[in-house]
Amino acid sequence: MMETMTKIPLKDNSTEDVKYKLIAENISASYDGIIAVKNVSMKFRDRAVTALIGPSGCGKTTFLRCLNRMHELTKNATLTGRVLLDGEDLYSNKVDPIINRRKIGMVFQKPNPFPTMSIYDNVACGLKLNGVKDKKIIDEVVEGCLKMASLWDEVKEKLKNPGMSLSGGQQQRLCIARALAIQPEVLLMDEPASALDPIATQKIEEMIQELKKEYTIIIVTHNMQQATRVSDYTGFMYLGDLVEFGETKQIFENPRNEITAKYVQGQFG
Amino acid sequence: MMAIKMKKGSPITDKIFKYVAIGAATYVLVIIIMIVVNLTTGSAQVWQQEGISFLTGSDWNSVEGRESYGAAPYIMGTLVNAGIAMAISIPLSFGIAMFLSELAPKLLRTPLAMVIELLAAVPSVVYGLWGLLVFRTYIQNWIEVPLHNLFGDQSIIFAGTPFGLDILTASIILAIMIVPTIASISKEIMLAVPNSQREAAYMLGATKWEVFRIAVLPYSKSGLIGATILGLGRAVGETMAVTMLIGNATGAAAFPSSLFGPGQTLASIMANEFAEASQGGLHLAALVGIGLILFLMAFAINVVAHLLVAKVVKSHEGAVLA
Ligand SMILES: Nc1ncnc2c1ncn2[C@@H]1O[C@H](COP(=O)(O)OP(=O)(O)O)[C@@H](O)[C@H]1O
Ligand SMILES: [Mg+2]
Repeated sequence: MMETMTKIPLKDNSTEDVKYKLIAENISASYDGIIAVKNVSMKFRDRAVTALIGPSGCGKTTFLRCLNRMHELTKNATLTGRVLLDGEDLYSNKVDPIINRRKIGMVFQKPNPFPTMSIYDNVACGLKLNGVKDKKIIDEVVEGCLKMASLWDEVKEKLKNPGMSLSGGQQQRLCIARALAIQPEVLLMDEPASALDPIATQKIEEMIQELKKEYTIIIVTHNMQQATRVSDYTGFMYLGDLVEFGETKQIFENPRNEITAKYVQGQFG
Repeated sequence: MMAIKMKKGSPITDKIFKYVAIGAATYVLVIIIMIVVNLTTGSAQVWQQEGISFLTGSDWNSVEGRESYGAAPYIMGTLVNAGIAMAISIPLSFGIAMFLSELAPKLLRTPLAMVIELLAAVPSVVYGLWGLLVFRTYIQNWIEVPLHNLFGDQSIIFAGTPFGLDILTASIILAIMIVPTIASISKEIMLAVPNSQREAAYMLGATKWEVFRIAVLPYSKSGLIGATILGLGRAVGETMAVTMLIGNATGAAAFPSSLFGPGQTLASIMANEFAEASQGGLHLAALVGIGLILFLMAFAINVVAHLLVAKVVKSHEGAVLA
């Protein structure tokens, strides 16, 4: 199967005025010497949603975690390649990984609010961590981020309640608000709706459409309908390779690769 | 669909299981009741004789005709001794636990954790002997003499010529003995913090220390308090090494004042004197009474510790459910 897989060269129809916020170049990543992502290159447009799809275990999460230097925190994990944020290599020695993670926010597959903190503190803690002390500014940001995460109306009366008192879907939106609070430029979302019911999923998808106006969003999903609903571009990964990348419409309606075609038709996965 | 015949559970094995389990559980209750009853009846005589002054008094005289017993100096001695030991061992233990759970590479973590378990398994009498023959002179020459020369007899806590068999030496050895307990439990509690919590903090731009502070510490706080209190329970009851090193004063002289003076704990006075006390006499009743006080102290400490640990387990479940 690997032999029949023809690699589609990344079509770069960029003209001068197209802006790529984030560029991943030749990313390979492994755990304990076992390769999980093989030489993947991808470019992400500013203020657009890029979806990563593929069967489970194909390396979507691993690739995503390479984009904000989270991968290197895993024990025995190794990585080669470059990631350029606004043209600057995140992996160069001059760059502090801590600043990077601040610029590239992440929402995890399972909601992970801080259990001992209130709803308010969950959102505020990133600001406090980064030295913001002005209570008025923090209040404003907390409200703004909860609104962006479309959670404000549900929690405005009970900001002091523990974050854990919320439902799973609300917790995930709380985590999104927490990520937005430190004003990231890129938002990575790893199957943010996989643990949620359809209504909560719909809320998150609507929110992504709103967030897109200000952020570069990369979302991993194994739900193909979701990819078609929310994304402008789609990358299909299979066994650690990026098999095909293009506009979402093209990938789903007119895939060039036969494995992509089989996957988007639901023949495996 | 084919009908499948399934075996019914046997009522006899179920009964056996039930009675064995109940029997084993009863054993625990019987033992604890026996201890409480024996300690209470065994010490009844001294409570009748001394009343409340058995707790508040400081006389300790076993000469016939002039017998008088007060446990206050030993209660104080126990608290001071355990207090100093905790003050030394808590930062040390948490430091070790933090290193093992947050910083140590895997290759180092396992052997180091094993060494700590090993230290926890060294018998008390070995620590005591080592303290008596070796460590005591280090403490005397490197800590006590310089402090005494510096602050001299003007200060209360550094007063008296350092001899090495005193409250300080006993406390330090005690600290060394409880560090492995607190460190290894704390390490387990910190390791139980899910990585998703750490990653959430990293994502906000936290440094390693900040990750510990905002993600690991709040999550494990009550568990760490529980670990500390288990250590305290051990410190309060520890007998052999303390008896060998604390200098064994009695009566009012045993009230802790200078770190370099001899002291006495509830456990050490029992170990020191039970052989001399005659059957049925007031002296023995006083020692059994000391045992009752010690038992109640240790019991209270353990109850608090278990309540706190139960609380942390519950909050972990809450986080997993999320
Ligand atoms: N922490 C880890 N340690 C070892 N192997 C891992 C780890 N995380 C993922 N892997 C392996 O890497 C491969 C890719 O996993 P992942 O990126 O999670 O895939 P996906 O998100 O597409 O389901 C899988 O084979 C998985 O077993
Ligand atoms: Mg995944």
